[in-house]
Amino acid sequence: MVSAVMSAVESKAIRRRNWQTNINAWLLLLPAVVLLAAFTHYPILSTIYHSFHSLSRGGTSEFVGLENYTFMLEDDVFWQVLRNNIIFALATVPTSIGLALLMAVWVDKKMAGRSFLRLAFFTPTVLPMIAVANIWLFFYTPGYGLLDQFLKSLGFSGHNWLGDPSTVMSCLAVMVVWKEAGFFMIFYLAALQTIPPELKEAAQVEGASRWYFFRRVTLPLLMPTTLFISINALINSFKLVDQLVIMTKGGPNNASSLLLYYIYEVAFTFQDTAFAATLTVTLIAILAGVALTKFVYLDRRIHYQ
Amino acid sequence: MKFKTKALLTAGFMTLASLGAGTAQAVDLTMYYPVAVGGPVTKVIDDMVQQFHKENPDIKVESVYAGNYTDTMTKAMTAMKGGQPPQLSVLFSTDLFTLMDEKAIVPIDEIPGADKEWLNSFYPAFMENGRVEGKTWSIPFQRSTIVLYYNKDAFKEAGLDPEKPPTTWAEMAEMSKKLVKKDASGNVSRWGVEIPSTGYGYWMLQALAIENGQKLMNEAGNQVSFNAPKTVEALQYWVDLAAKEGVMPKGAVEWGTLRTDFLEGKTAMMWHTTGNLTAVKEAAKFNFGVAMLPAKERRGSPTGGGNFYVFKSASPEQQQAAVKFIKWMTAPERAADWSIKTGYVAVTPAAYETEVMKNYVKDFPQALVARDQLEHAVAELSVHENGRIYKIMNDAIQSALTGAQTPQEALDGAQKQSERFLSRYK
Amino acid sequence: MRQKDHSVETIAAWALALLWLLPLAYSLWSAFHPSEYATRFDLTAPLTLDNFVRAWNQAPFARYYLNTLMLVTMVLACQLVIATLAAYAFARFKFFGRDVLFALVLVQLMIMPDVLIVENYRVISGLNLLDTIPAIGLPYFASAFGIFLLRQTFKGVPNELVEAARVEGASSFGVLWRVFVPLGKTTYIAFGLVSVSYHWNNFLWPLIVTNSVESRPLTVGLAVFGAPETGVDWSVITAATVMTMAPLLLAFLLFQKQFVQSFMRAGIR
Repeated sequence: MVSAVMSAVESKAIRRRNWQTNINAWLLLLPAVVLLAAFTHYPILSTIYHSFHSLSRGGTSEFVGLENYTFMLEDDVFWQVLRNNIIFALATVPTSIGLALLMAVWVDKKMAGRSFLRLAFFTPTVLPMIAVANIWLFFYTPGYGLLDQFLKSLGFSGHNWLGDPSTVMSCLAVMVVWKEAGFFMIFYLAALQTIPPELKEAAQVEGASRWYFFRRVTLPLLMPTTLFISINALINSFKLVDQLVIMTKGGPNNASSLLLYYIYEVAFTFQDTAFAATLTVTLIAILAGVALTKFVYLDRRIHYQ
Repeated sequence: MKFKTKALLTAGFMTLASLGAGTAQAVDLTMYYPVAVGGPVTKVIDDMVQQFHKENPDIKVESVYAGNYTDTMTKAMTAMKGGQPPQLSVLFSTDLFTLMDEKAIVPIDEIPGADKEWLNSFYPAFMENGRVEGKTWSIPFQRSTIVLYYNKDAFKEAGLDPEKPPTTWAEMAEMSKKLVKKDASGNVSRWGVEIPSTGYGYWMLQALAIENGQKLMNEAGNQVSFNAPKTVEALQYWVDLAAKEGVMPKGAVEWGTLRTDFLEGKTAMMWHTTGNLTAVKEAAKFNFGVAMLPAKERRGSPTGGGNFYVFKSASPEQQQAAVKFIKWMTAPERAADWSIKTGYVAVTPAAYETEVMKNYVKDFPQALVARDQLEHAVAELSVHENGRIYKIMNDAIQSALTGAQTPQEALDGAQKQSERFLSRYK
Repeated sequence: MRQKDHSVETIAAWALALLWLLPLAYSLWSAFHPSEYATRFDLTAPLTLDNFVRAWNQAPFARYYLNTLMLVTMVLACQLVIATLAAYAFARFKFFGRDVLFALVLVQLMIMPDVLIVENYRVISGLNLLDTIPAIGLPYFASAFGIFLLRQTFKGVPNELVEAARVEGASSFGVLWRVFVPLGKTTYIAFGLVSVSYHWNNFLWPLIVTNSVESRPLTVGLAVFGAPETGVDWSVITAATVMTMAPLLLAFLLFQKQFVQSFMRAGIR
């Protein structure tokens, strides 16, 4: 009603101001938009495009429909790396979250030397994965590596840790947990510090045990953090492949290979970019699936407030 | 003095003129070289390159070290796809088919300056991998065969004759049993023999297959015989060394750390490239011997290592300069020097006729074993999609060695997968 | 009873912490002792810097340091500028297509450049930038994470401050520069630390796009630095490893609190 009586001049001015706002905003966004388009959106689309084409060694490209996909589904290695990746995620995500929680609870308490504890737990996080891999590689070296020396001193026999398909994944998982737990601890620590101390005092007055309080109050309050960390850790487990380059090259017999490492191998060692694109589409689909789950189920409440 | 300078200058100009460059500018060459940065070999190559530049100021070679063979091949291919290929590179002699399929390289014998006499001066066994369709595509340089290194002190300790290394498969297994040493709690402190299975497992299996009388591929590079009965038998022998005889550790034996194992006395024998000879010689604190690989039906080892390739995208001037460089690098004195410093086989018979080499082998006859083995040697496995086929083969070997599959199953799988890729080239 | 609980927990916590430091302690041990002590532990073993000298002389680590420094500086500078502008637009402007655009930005949070190596390689190669330091950084210049963080911060800036600056005659840019940027200081530090440690440590992408000493960052330099097969021994490799992580580790030890708080801030969002 009011707008109806608004004078034409005024609405024109508003429109012009809108215009200006629009232009200003878009100009501000221009660099980000261009770069994101060039290195995120365009590559995603072009990956999908290439996955439907074959690229012969001569360099000619032709549409092949789903051929690359059938090729992928018939590829034993693909299924193995996918399985490996799921196992890797299942092995590292819950363990590192559990440990992170434990660490956070300890560090949050007024414990002797807690800043030292925090330092010890967090340090691995700032180290390059490639350096960490170098150190751990020597841990696991059969015969004279640290782990074997330790076991031998206890009278056990040595073991070819990274050379045995049944142990290699666990060895890498232990290393990744070591590196990641401290990172997740930080999130818990932040969350713990937002829990009002009155709650605890009240519980103490009521005579509730510490364990009871932790289970019934702390843990539920930390739930959003736990979910957030889980998602991040899950995504991370599909990204972490640096260690493979140094430690196992995905071996023995692909027992430690992960999807992204396989993509790297196919694209840059075997020079089969069409197949690499097909594998990348799978990886993108997985990540997008995780992301959608997150947005649909978890972020509803706090959806860009 | 003055005259000399002038003569040199004139010579320089003439070279330039003959190169057809027409300008007084130096020719720049980028060379990819398969060695980890920081290793002793880096230094050797750097020194050679510098010496070459001193003698040939009109050519400047920049060497790029990119890791092992696979890494370097990856880098070279990636750079080529990105439009910035090197002008020359040392890559697996067996990458030839892949490089041809990618239309990456030119035949060396078509470049002016590569004369017949020079091309025929190399050991024929080393030229085998480089000649296809009647053309010479690559020049051998960092070449090797597999040899058996053995710890003489350990032999003595085990009551074996240190001058009599095993000559047959059966002997090797028998002797290994005697060489295994266990500590009080029954843990093995020294193994009998180790054959590396990571990285170059296919190479080791090929050696075993050759000794068993089986070739692994055809000349055209599109057919492999991975699950032929004799190949399976070869792998079975390897697996049995660990599983049945208990003389080799179970699981994968790391190529990279095997030498350290040997030097630390963790294994009495190892199969390894002769390219390690000098490093072993310098670090060994015990007497060691080098022997040809033991025989089953026959002696034998695949040749191995890297050749020089010249890239197609290089300008004619660069290609000629590259040939000049390669010629220089493979000249007898240099080849001898290179062999002495590393342990690789010098690529021409003439190198073994040089004074330095003669003196060297007088004191260190071990240096001749790999060369003498050449008469039994067979070209290394070389097919289309080489990188992939190697990977498939290595995976199969590892799965057999770790007991995940029987040799028959593993090699059947490898054959099937390889055929999937090779069918494109028939 | 409760007291005893506490001490048991303290002991457990300390045990875990020591276990956590063990790999690092080991690498320091092996880097600072002659190689014959790499696998033997003997408190009387002589200390030495020899391994560092050898590593330093065997590979161009000085150049790698420089490359990494240039890389993280360039990435951080570009990220800060680009993210500030974008976040400002998202937080303070109402414009056509804002929500769609923001959703498109968030895509990068889930599908990071790290997984798009094949196509990004094509793009970089198309731009003729292969084997350069900008090539390593370019895909990361527009950081969705940075935009997201700063947008949250900017949204929390009270309107009165903005109005006050406007009254004083500040332009849009003036407001951004004088009001928003100073108030975002903690966010900037937090994001900066996260970004620097991320790019100092990044490996796979730099490995793919670099070939030469002139562009290789430290991590790639370390990876192509000697393997045991070429005759470089463990002690030298650990020395090189320690060199690679030392600057970040030292910075972390010195500014521990800021680091932890920054990571916390960046995490809560």
